[in-house]
Amino acid sequence: MKKIEAVIKPFKLEDVKDALTEIGVFGMTVTEVRGFGRQKGHKEAYRGTEYTVEFLPKTKIEVVVPDNLAERVVETLIRTAKTGSIGDGKIFVMNLSEVIRIRTGETGDRAL
Amino acid sequence: MKTIAQQRVIVSLLMVSGIVAWMTLGVAVNGVMAQTTTEAPPATSAPAPGGTPPTAAPAPPAKIDTGDTAWVLTSSALVLAMTAPGLALFYGGMVREKNALGTIMQSFIILCLISVQWVLWGYSLSFGPDVKGIVGSLAWMGLNGVAMDQPNADYAATIPHQAYMIFQAMFAVITVALISGAYAERMKFSSFLVFSLLWATFIYDPLAHWVWGKGGWIGTNGGLGALDFAGGTVVHISSGVSGLACALVLGRRLGYGKEHMAPHNLPMTVLGASLLWFGWFGFNAGSAVAAGALATSAFVVTNTATAAAALAWMVAEWLYRGKPTVLGAASGAVAGLVAITPASGFVGPLSSIIIGAGAGFFCYVAVIVKSRLGYDDSLDAFGVHGIGGTWGALATGLFASKAINSGGADGLFFGNPGQLWLQFIAVLAAWVLAFVGTFVILKIVDWTMGLRVSNDEEQLGLDLSQHEERAYS
Repeated sequence: MKKIEAVIKPFKLEDVKDALTEIGVFGMTVTEVRGFGRQKGHKEAYRGTEYTVEFLPKTKIEVVVPDNLAERVVETLIRTAKTGSIGDGKIFVMNLSEVIRIRTGETGDRAL
Repeated sequence: MKTIAQQRVIVSLLMVSGIVAWMTLGVAVNGVMAQTTTEAPPATSAPAPGGTPPTAAPAPPAKIDTGDTAWVLTSSALVLAMTAPGLALFYGGMVREKNALGTIMQSFIILCLISVQWVLWGYSLSFGPDVKGIVGSLAWMGLNGVAMDQPNADYAATIPHQAYMIFQAMFAVITVALISGAYAERMKFSSFLVFSLLWATFIYDPLAHWVWGKGGWIGTNGGLGALDFAGGTVVHISSGVSGLACALVLGRRLGYGKEHMAPHNLPMTVLGASLLWFGWFGFNAGSAVAAGALATSAFVVTNTATAAAALAWMVAEWLYRGKPTVLGAASGAVAGLVAITPASGFVGPLSSIIIGAGAGFFCYVAVIVKSRLGYDDSLDAFGVHGIGGTWGALATGLFASKAINSGGADGLFFGNPGQLWLQFIAVLAAWVLAFVGTFVILKIVDWTMGLRVSNDEEQLGLDLSQHEERAYS
């Protein structure tokens, strides 16, 4: 099994979710996060005071899939989350040793 | 040492409760005689049209105008809405999330605290029988002799004296609350209460007497003749300049200049600013203390100046920084309201556009300069109210016209340069009393109970450290 984390632009979330559901991903966890990479922050001004905001809002998606689906998930993420400009985000793929469904105690691919 | 700090708190709370108890006792003793009866109508009140009949019969009851009374009572409620929810939301949105409730609480509880102070002794010190032009006597403590069914012709000849009193109560309330913008996010709640009570008693009440009280040395009611229709000196210079003193004495917030201190909820701030605008019609048009032409004129110039000021701030910011901001437009509107306040009963609509536009511009410059000077007037109480109030008071000396209000005076542009000088004296007097008086009160409170919350409490936020609550849970 693979755990795939993607940090994407928040407004891409709906497209990504629909596309992943289509290829057979049956669940995901989504978190609002802040961070920075190569995309520069922006400036904010309140009356006389200016702030540089370095941590930008992003959305993090976590999905866990069987090994054979991982490549398609990554392709789909790239296809749907891409705008072509800096700040589109990153995808992290990790091996996962175990998954357990709490309700039934099932493990492995059957628990996905 | 915690124990010493606690002792200090106890000592100062005892001091304050001693003052309160003593004054309340005085009120009770005074009130025994006149609690249920109103004073006989003063001989000079309400000159009847056609002359007073030359008989020894009881003087005819002074004529109370129901329309005027309805307008002044309505205006009182409008001015209340300026403090809570208006100012509470305006300031509450501008602080960080962890201080939202604490900041809202400051406006709300001042409304409660000063409402009681005003009835017990504040109104008497401000508007009571004159003592050497400096302060009112304590003769009206507990509203002793302040009739609910008789006018006081010295202040408003056609409404019950108590209607005038409660209208003025709302002015005292918001003035004290305005200062809280300067010490936001770092003042200890107990010290804040003591400071507010002392400030209302020793700064606001005398200053209101100087400018508006019968016999006060600055105003038009037996004084030099400086014009202040609705409180440019009494309300805005006093609160704004006192705010500057607070910012200097308390020092900056922890992390000022390094940490992100952006407003946590600007929609709340815009809602607050809009409610201030709404309530300000009571403040300015209500200050005519009658429902008629003067109230109408004040209403019109208040709206016009406010709109012009919001536009001016927005354009100034757009030119200087490249973007028009929502906070800028809202702040500009408040600056315009401030500046038109002293002039609102004396100037025409075109003058009000200039006064408003000047306010938007000058106050924007003031908040830019503040960030260069490095003192931490958190929410710009001085930048908006101190500068806007000063500009408004001086502009009254430029643009006032007897064509608008025959009871007022002409300003410089209407052939009377002397009025500008009078306005300058009033501004100077208000600045000195506010700054020096506030400085002394702050030092006394600092020595006895300390002004600021501890560093840990400040980092935690006022909501949790002072009230053990969260705004958003």
